[in-house]
Amino acid sequence: MDYFLQNLINALQWGSFYAVISIGYSMVYGVLMVFNFAHGDIFMLGTYIGFAIATLFIAVFSALLPTWVIFAAVVIITMFLASWIGVFVEVVGYRPLRQAPRASAAITGLMIGIIFETGILIFLGAKRLSFPPLMESHVYNIGGVYFTNIKVMVIVISLILMLALHGLIQKTKWGMAMRAMSFDFLAVPLMGVSINIIAPLTFAIGAGLASVAGILYGQAYPILDPYMGVLIGWKAFVAAILGGRGSIKGAAMAGYLLGFIEIFVAMVFPSTFRDLIAYSIILLILTYRPRGFFGMEYSTKLRL
Amino acid sequence: MEIARKFKNTFSMVPMFGWLSGALAAVLVEYFLGYNYISLVLGLPKIPVLFGTLIMLKTPIMIPSVLAYDLIVYIIPVLTVAKLTAPATNKIAGSLEKIPIWLSTIIHLVLFYGIMHLWAGINDYRLLVLKLTMVSIILTISINVINGYQGEFSCSHPGFMAVGAYVASILTLVLFVNDKMFGQALLPAELGPWLFPFILIAGGAVAALSSLIVAIPSFRTRGDYLAIISLAFMFIVKSAIENMNFIGGARGMSSQPDYASLPVIFCWTILTIWIVHNFVTSIMGKALNAVRDDEAASESMTVKTKKTKIIAFMFGAFWAGVAGGLFAHILRFINPGTFSIQRLAEILAMVYFGGLNSIIGSIVGAVSISLLGEALRPLELFKWIIIPLILIFVMIYRPYGLISFKEINVKKLFRSKNK
Repeated sequence: MDYFLQNLINALQWGSFYAVISIGYSMVYGVLMVFNFAHGDIFMLGTYIGFAIATLFIAVFSALLPTWVIFAAVVIITMFLASWIGVFVEVVGYRPLRQAPRASAAITGLMIGIIFETGILIFLGAKRLSFPPLMESHVYNIGGVYFTNIKVMVIVISLILMLALHGLIQKTKWGMAMRAMSFDFLAVPLMGVSINIIAPLTFAIGAGLASVAGILYGQAYPILDPYMGVLIGWKAFVAAILGGRGSIKGAAMAGYLLGFIEIFVAMVFPSTFRDLIAYSIILLILTYRPRGFFGMEYSTKLRL
Repeated sequence: MEIARKFKNTFSMVPMFGWLSGALAAVLVEYFLGYNYISLVLGLPKIPVLFGTLIMLKTPIMIPSVLAYDLIVYIIPVLTVAKLTAPATNKIAGSLEKIPIWLSTIIHLVLFYGIMHLWAGINDYRLLVLKLTMVSIILTISINVINGYQGEFSCSHPGFMAVGAYVASILTLVLFVNDKMFGQALLPAELGPWLFPFILIAGGAVAALSSLIVAIPSFRTRGDYLAIISLAFMFIVKSAIENMNFIGGARGMSSQPDYASLPVIFCWTILTIWIVHNFVTSIMGKALNAVRDDEAASESMTVKTKKTKIIAFMFGAFWAGVAGGLFAHILRFINPGTFSIQRLAEILAMVYFGGLNSIIGSIVGAVSISLLGEALRPLELFKWIIIPLILIFVMIYRPYGLISFKEINVKKLFRSKNK
């Protein structure tokens, strides 16, 4: 039982990363119907930005300010900076291709991602950096279950972010514009909602979320590597579509599900079976629920 | 401009056969004079592979001598021979027009193969690059059937390639090789090269069958689920192979026999081009295009949409499996890591660079991306900035790829240019 609870916490933490990252995917996919294959690398770049800001803040302010202020400042500044990466990707890679087949836009995203990876590799070299701890790690023990405050923080912050995003989408005018756009991205621009504002905004929100996920990831697994976004990005892509088109809730649930499957498979079977079983389960789910968890009814005519 | 027009006028009389003879002359010059005379005189340490791009990028001081080498060995012989023999080759091309088109195509291809054989005979690196390029051509054409002609977005090609590669490797190792993994060979090794085509077909067939795992669930609805089901399939294949210890697991398999020689791969490439061309111009291929453009309308026009899609998907997977089998026997070492996300990015880059819905586009894409990848190798990391940038520009200015929805007319290509 303890072992189970222990893994439950691990799975919640691991799923939080997937969930937060896949929400960014899902929003872009929902609003614009394109795959943002650069998202994994936006996550990577966000982590590096977080790393730079965190190092700077710890060096300058660690004596002056309490830890939580530094943490909040790092998160907010990183989010702000990283969201411009999202805008950049949209403007450079996706805007010129709005009339083009969607697959071409996806390829552009993939290539921008490769450029990001290589750029980091060229500027920072192949040595692995380690993310500075923004807060002291304490280990708690409740009834034989060990967990650190970092794990709790990852889970809580992810939940707060998702709720905040939900509020943004459901309650604000911008959110309404996004929902409308995902309903029909051809007619809504005719109604005075500018796609050239909503699309970068969507990318920016996704990138901001991914960068926070990056900071949290850096706290939990403090090794930075230019290729860290590749695998996690593709998995978040799977989670985003598994959740259903345009559904934030679905993407978050699918992210957690992926985290749970991966952790619990590793609990029961040898860990090499992780991908095999995780993806087989996804294949089965999609066979019986081809629209994903919360996918709305839609008909696409692929623009090709 | 004036020079370009003059140039065009001068060489507009040269038929394809003339260009091929010119190229033959160039490779003969390189074969007989390349090392002993030309490269030594120019101060090059050895014959430049890949037209000297590697040397130029590594030691920029060599650029003049490399350019001189290219001029003396390739450009001048090709142009002079093509121009001087134009009357003769036109006559030959004229007589080739009278025989059936397949025969004249075979004659051209034999000539072309001869050129490649001589060119690749200079060193092993050229041979390897050429072989891998041809495998890329097969792969790109096979994914074009799905992503171009069928208009879906499939990510599972590395998976099919892995299935084909492993099935073919297991068969050759079990049947023809004494090794420690599978023990004694079951058949005499002399039979190997003759049965190799059947082994490749078996690998392709298994890949085609495995593609049903993707095809059956994903073609129930229209949408993007193929993209992730196929991605999941790719991860499943990779992970499954990693867990099968009797075929080497994550360490991979090695010591495949050297059956994939240049002529074998060349024949398979031509076969792929021919069969895929016949497939996409058949009724089935037209039905496939109709399904892509409007599924409901084609359904009402008596096209069996689901059947068409599944057959085309299996067809694409089959050729990917064949390409995988060839790939395994070229490198003579495979491991599951070979067939992962990087391979997927490479294949997608090739097909979208070259052009959708076009076989010649696929060939152009595969050749340019593979040769570019090899030629820019000395730049190391910057290669991975230049190639993606090129691809982004191609996507922005030609969203369907360089040569899309177009084919060349072979008959027109081989025609005599006598006016």
